[in-house]
Amino acid sequence: MNPFAYSRPSSLADTVDELAGSSRSRIIAGGTNLIDLMKENVERPAQLIDINRLPFSTIDELPDGGLRLGALVTNADTAYHPLVEQRYPLLSQTILAGASPQLRNMATNGGNLFQRTRCYYFYDTSMPCNKRAATNNGPGGCAAYGGYNRIHAILGTTDDTNGQSSCVATYPSDMAVALTALEAVVQVTGPNGDRSIPMADFHRLPGAEPWRDNTTQPGEVVTAIDLPVRGFPDHYTYIKVRDRSSYAFALVSVAVGLEMDGDVVRDARIALGGVAHKPWRKSEAEQLLAGKTLSPETIRPVADALLAGARGYGHNDFKIELAHRAIVRAVLKSGLADNTQE
Amino acid sequence: MIGKPISRVDGPEKVTGQAKYAAEFNVPDLTYGVVVSSTITKGTITRIDTTKALALEGVLEVFTHKNRPKTAWFDMSYKDQDSPPGSPFRPLHDDQVKYNGQPIALVVADTFEVARYAATLIEVDYDAEPCETDLLKHLHEARDPESGVANVFKPLPPKPRGNSAAAYANAPVSMSARYIHGMQHHNPMEMFATTVEYGRNGKLTIYDKTQGATNSQLYVTQAFNLSFDQVRVVSPYVGGGFGSGLRPQYQLFLAVMAARALKRSVRVSLTRQQMWSFGHRPATVQNIRLAADSDGKLAAVEHEAIAETSQFEDYTETVVNWTGKLYDCPNSTLSYKLKSLDMYSPLDMRAPGGVTGVHAIECAIDELAYKAGIDPLDFRFKNYSEKDWTEKDKPYSSKELRACFTQGAERFGWSNRTPEPRSMRRGHTLIGWGMATGIWDASQVPARAEAVLTVNGKLRVSSATADIGTGTYTIMTQIAAELLGMPLENVIFRLGDTDMPLAPIQGGSWTAATVGSAVKVTCEALAKKLFKLARKMPGSPLAGADFDDVFFASSHIRLRRDPSLSVSLQAIVDQNGGRAISETGTSLPNVLKQKDYSRSAHAAAFVEVEVDEDFGTVVVTRAVSAVAAGRILNPKTARSQIIGGMVWGISSALQEESIMDHRYGRYMNHNLAEYHIPVCADVRDLDVIFVEEVDDIVNPLGVKGVGEVGLVAMPAAIANAVFHATGKRIHDLPIQLDKLL
Repeated sequence: MNPFAYSRPSSLADTVDELAGSSRSRIIAGGTNLIDLMKENVERPAQLIDINRLPFSTIDELPDGGLRLGALVTNADTAYHPLVEQRYPLLSQTILAGASPQLRNMATNGGNLFQRTRCYYFYDTSMPCNKRAATNNGPGGCAAYGGYNRIHAILGTTDDTNGQSSCVATYPSDMAVALTALEAVVQVTGPNGDRSIPMADFHRLPGAEPWRDNTTQPGEVVTAIDLPVRGFPDHYTYIKVRDRSSYAFALVSVAVGLEMDGDVVRDARIALGGVAHKPWRKSEAEQLLAGKTLSPETIRPVADALLAGARGYGHNDFKIELAHRAIVRAVLKSGLADNTQE
Repeated sequence: MIGKPISRVDGPEKVTGQAKYAAEFNVPDLTYGVVVSSTITKGTITRIDTTKALALEGVLEVFTHKNRPKTAWFDMSYKDQDSPPGSPFRPLHDDQVKYNGQPIALVVADTFEVARYAATLIEVDYDAEPCETDLLKHLHEARDPESGVANVFKPLPPKPRGNSAAAYANAPVSMSARYIHGMQHHNPMEMFATTVEYGRNGKLTIYDKTQGATNSQLYVTQAFNLSFDQVRVVSPYVGGGFGSGLRPQYQLFLAVMAARALKRSVRVSLTRQQMWSFGHRPATVQNIRLAADSDGKLAAVEHEAIAETSQFEDYTETVVNWTGKLYDCPNSTLSYKLKSLDMYSPLDMRAPGGVTGVHAIECAIDELAYKAGIDPLDFRFKNYSEKDWTEKDKPYSSKELRACFTQGAERFGWSNRTPEPRSMRRGHTLIGWGMATGIWDASQVPARAEAVLTVNGKLRVSSATADIGTGTYTIMTQIAAELLGMPLENVIFRLGDTDMPLAPIQGGSWTAATVGSAVKVTCEALAKKLFKLARKMPGSPLAGADFDDVFFASSHIRLRRDPSLSVSLQAIVDQNGGRAISETGTSLPNVLKQKDYSRSAHAAAFVEVEVDEDFGTVVVTRAVSAVAAGRILNPKTARSQIIGGMVWGISSALQEESIMDHRYGRYMNHNLAEYHIPVCADVRDLDVIFVEEVDDIVNPLGVKGVGEVGLVAMPAAIANAVFHATGKRIHDLPIQLDKLL
């Protein structure tokens, strides 16, 4: 681990100033991912800015009926908050499918958005990785492209035939998959003031800059995540398919929220995790469900549309079929009156 | 006391943090070593620049192959109690890289933090050569292994008998399959660490993570040309071993080397990632062909295993012989071959070879039983072996496997099973029931112990063995308390110190039998000594009595004919001029008694799985293991051992694998987030039955050891249950969900 400076600003303005001052500054809140990355020399910040004294530790109702989740509220406190449980049970269920109780007690909502990929090759500084190479940390290229890529992306990847400019990493969060389905909005404050970033635009595909995980600008701090009024509390499901029953990242996950008119779907939201560099959602696919009754036959075209263009890289070929099946199951399950039963 | 479910005597120390592990012994002026690992697999270090590291304040030295102190010359000096044939790896020996993750430098600094940072500043250039690490690509190059001392406990296959090829060709029912096992790493909770205390005149007190303090001492004295009285190794607690501590690991060598060079105390701890930088359970490929006659009697058995080893040692394990022990077929061919690859030598890992070989044969038997239209349990009764043809047709010293089958099946409800695959389901969930046999050696080796009746009337017993979490402290305390008729709280058993009487490495499930027998012999000798002293005491009520006329109870020696006539143990010590009374003893296996018998523990596992029909996820919802392992010294700690083995069986069958990227020869999932083992949510209803088994041949205590046998049957039982649920035979472990899609 490299030597680093540590500061604990007491105001948002100071935080923004400190963060904007150095490209090698990192914000630390719960530290559940950053500390691991520092121990493995993947992250080598010159300065850690501890924001735990900033006033973002509450969950508040918004005037329009939505809910504001403070960036520093822990994942556990969010999942078990009565208003979240009542209005956004999809979010509660999704958060509780991630990590372990110990981690959820430390991890914050803001930090969750900044989780880095779990790509093995990214984590090992001796391996070629285009995400790391930009920070002069290890060789360039993409070892995952032709390597052991069972946990890697099938959608929105950057690939070329020899892997030199490829990135097939996934973004590992569960929570963000539900936030995407719920059309949450991320509030940030930076050197140029405040701005709002819809979840769909917060994370990005690797493109030509795989080292950029999200669209925040230098110096920007996430202060809150706003949930819109519609929470799909009556018809929702999060299905997470993984290699063991707990404490494993999703191979494929699906967050679904439905609004139903009796047996007919009025509106649908479907977001996928574990398949891309960001939570994967396509409104044109969702629209295929509108006006339909739920059956495998009506859902399969939706899954096809959502997964259009998917490709495997060998070890992860199975994810395409698995995602298809998980979408069908999750949508069907969401439509049931009591979705705790299968 | 023996046979009672006593809670661990070391439990309070462990849960209150009083128990100290190798990296927790703090000594004055301690320095800290951090290991730099190679990032290539094969080649030459052309440059290693330590300038930046050495320039840091607090860095004392950086050891590399260029400046390391001289150590012993001959290979022989680097051998240990568990060395396979070959040339042991020597840390920092020269500029050659033989495997990925090889230690290539040790940074020593005043603080751990500085050492860790300095380690990142070392610049290394390599001349890398192509590496070969993929066993599957080299099966055709497999060869016979070198044999050596290691094969005494891990025998190579016997010669074939009969004509298995002809019998296979002519039999009405047959199957053949290939089974592939990946690599696994032990990953005990406690990382490997050594704290070397540099004492006066260079005497070393070494706190080492090891399954054998005496083994570490032997290694250090030979490698550094030191006498035994200059090296004391202490290891009272081990945070899990599973075989990883059977050989001295490189942090021991590096810590001793640095301490001697710097004349300072040094601690070297490995990181979790570095836990993938020494021995592992080897990848193994097995080919099995079985045939049966129309009655379901085995007609032909062919079982071949090909395993990987390093380029410098021929690590072997017993993979195929279990098939011969379990199935006494007249036409049998067993073979075991190796391929050397560019990796560290594999290392015994809980039930080495057994969990690999028995998985394959027990899946094959299930498949053959299905082809013959016979219930898999009935098939095993039909082919039950009464003698061991791999050991010259010797009978078993005891074998209550039949009772394991019967009692396990009864508890599980096997008779309610519908044999047709996919015949039991609930919604999206397919339910499957499977079973398999388990077997493990019942070994005993020589050991010594000391027993002391202290001046305050307490019994202190010791032996330089280890307790890797198995319950050694507890059962030895029970044995000693029983023999001298003392309450547990007045008996203390100590271990893990080379100043104590010699004991071998703790492995092979032999410690209960081995050290237990030594404690028994020693306590019996002390009892006789105490009796002699008691008889001579003035006015002794025991005067004139023979040893057979007395018994030991409630800290007294009492006359059988009138227990009220007695002498207290305290009175004997008091009469001894205030001096403690001690006795040492040695137990040797009774070879004359043992040699005519094959000695094994047996088990049967019955498993229920639920498989998600769409997703292929498998959950073991319940399992019953029935175990015949001789006398059970402590049903509580023994049950924990079996349950631990069963959980490992779930891990092996469904989750656990070290993934190597063979383009680089490097393990990629080298952390506990990505190297999956079961979490609590994966472990459901596990049940253990100990079947009554009397055996006065294996050893004086009649115990067989339970550390490994609980694991052996589980992977096959789970794979067979998965077949029953899905109709799919998945031969390669772990059975991850993509194999079932």
